[in-house]
Amino acid sequence: MELCPPGSPTGRRHLISISDLDRAGIERILETAEGFEAVMDRDVKKVPTLRGRTVLNVFFESSTRTSSSFELAAKRLSADTISLKAAGSSVDKGESLKDTILTLSAYEPDVIVIRHPQVGAPSLVARNTNAHVVNAGDGKHQHPTQSLLDLHTIRRALGHVDGLHVAIVGDVLHSRVARSNIQALIVMGARVTLVGPPSLIPRDVAAMGVEVSHEIGAIEAADVIYVLRMQRERMLEGANFVPSLREYTALWGVTPERVRPSQLVMHPGPINRGVEIAPEVADGLNSKLIDQVRSGLVVRMAVLYDLLTEPTTTGGEAALRVVTAGQEVA
Amino acid sequence: MSASTTEARVLLDQDDLQRTLRRIAHEILEKHADVDQLALVGIYTRGVVLAQRLRAVIEQLSEVRVPTGALDISFYRDDVGLQRAHPQPVVKATKLDFPIDGRSVVLVDDVLYTGRTIRAAIDALFDYGRPQRVQLAVLVDRGHRELPIRPDYVGKNLPTARSERVNVNLVEIDGADRVVLLTGEEE
Repeated sequence: MELCPPGSPTGRRHLISISDLDRAGIERILETAEGFEAVMDRDVKKVPTLRGRTVLNVFFESSTRTSSSFELAAKRLSADTISLKAAGSSVDKGESLKDTILTLSAYEPDVIVIRHPQVGAPSLVARNTNAHVVNAGDGKHQHPTQSLLDLHTIRRALGHVDGLHVAIVGDVLHSRVARSNIQALIVMGARVTLVGPPSLIPRDVAAMGVEVSHEIGAIEAADVIYVLRMQRERMLEGANFVPSLREYTALWGVTPERVRPSQLVMHPGPINRGVEIAPEVADGLNSKLIDQVRSGLVVRMAVLYDLLTEPTTTGGEAALRVVTAGQEVA
Repeated sequence: MSASTTEARVLLDQDDLQRTLRRIAHEILEKHADVDQLALVGIYTRGVVLAQRLRAVIEQLSEVRVPTGALDISFYRDDVGLQRAHPQPVVKATKLDFPIDGRSVVLVDDVLYTGRTIRAAIDALFDYGRPQRVQLAVLVDRGHRELPIRPDYVGKNLPTARSERVNVNLVEIDGADRVVLLTGEEE
């Protein structure tokens, strides 16, 4: 796996997009997350792995799950954390984000986790710090740790991702989660169908290797129904993506009649109860919503661990040359 | 990567290895009058297999069930974040599904070298509880300790040079039972 976007001053690895990871890299992170699942089953839920390291969480956009889980993940790894919530409204992007990062970098953080409404903000951060950078959501672009936690949730529930059929339902157009998840699921060998009204499905998605259906009935064939949040704020702006929320719910809502008992239902949160997902489904036996939150913790621990345990560079291989089959001798 | 001459010498064959494990099992029993308190904890990867084999012999001899677990020490390593010659091993999930409080825990590993793995294993173990005692069983002790750690049960003491490597192969993982010493020319 190579995680070095051009322009990174130190050649450090970052996680800015799912495309920073190949399949082997994703699988390694998911295996590590399984290790942390075992840690979470103990009385002592903390490990000393990142003692003495500093993780900076900088959130320019509201968040419950992502910010709390990154903070707890860092603490469970014994790292020190600083969590900043900055209101994005008055921020004159370019220079001021750069200045914020230059300022915070004076504390010599090892990792900066950033959420920002603007696409590309994490890359800007990566160009201006020596820390590893993790994208916790940038505009409509990417939310890679959400995808990793979703893969982990699916693997825990069904044992594998390869060969599964996942229907992503709803507002794909405004969703960074959808963008990351499409990439992640396809890399891992799943089949993806986007389901929703034409106005909420981007036109260029066929190139990503997905199928598209404008019939809600298409979710019946899926193993996993992945429901996206209806971004109400955008609906109220008079953009007319759908005639009304009530009509959206009638046509596209994931209701008990539309879900088979063997299907998993997932949602990145926060949910609009009774809009894109019926309360009976959100709280029902098929629902993996709470599992997703727990996955968020262990997967973010795994991402921090992975970034801070540098895999060997080519120069290190000489010492391994006489060892067959990855034998560990120590 | 340049060519290197590598010489492999088999130190223990399948019979030797089985005999050695039986001896260690006997020694563990000898030191555990109260075998009910004994627990075995293997360190990933090959220590886990060795612990399972020791368990089979001990249970056969004592007719007492011996709780046996598997410990991954990745999160307790002292070299996290350092540039290493070794790639980071894949993390495996620790499985300790019995309380270790008050037990006599025997850690099991294949090769004892610097002692750093054992230091990490002891730290990891204590996050699961407070054992009454911790002992160490290893198949091969190759010397070169960097920490004050000493095994209680040793299959074979094997003086080595740092440039040499000791590979333990086990049927369950490698398809054959043997211990091999690899001597390679260092550049």
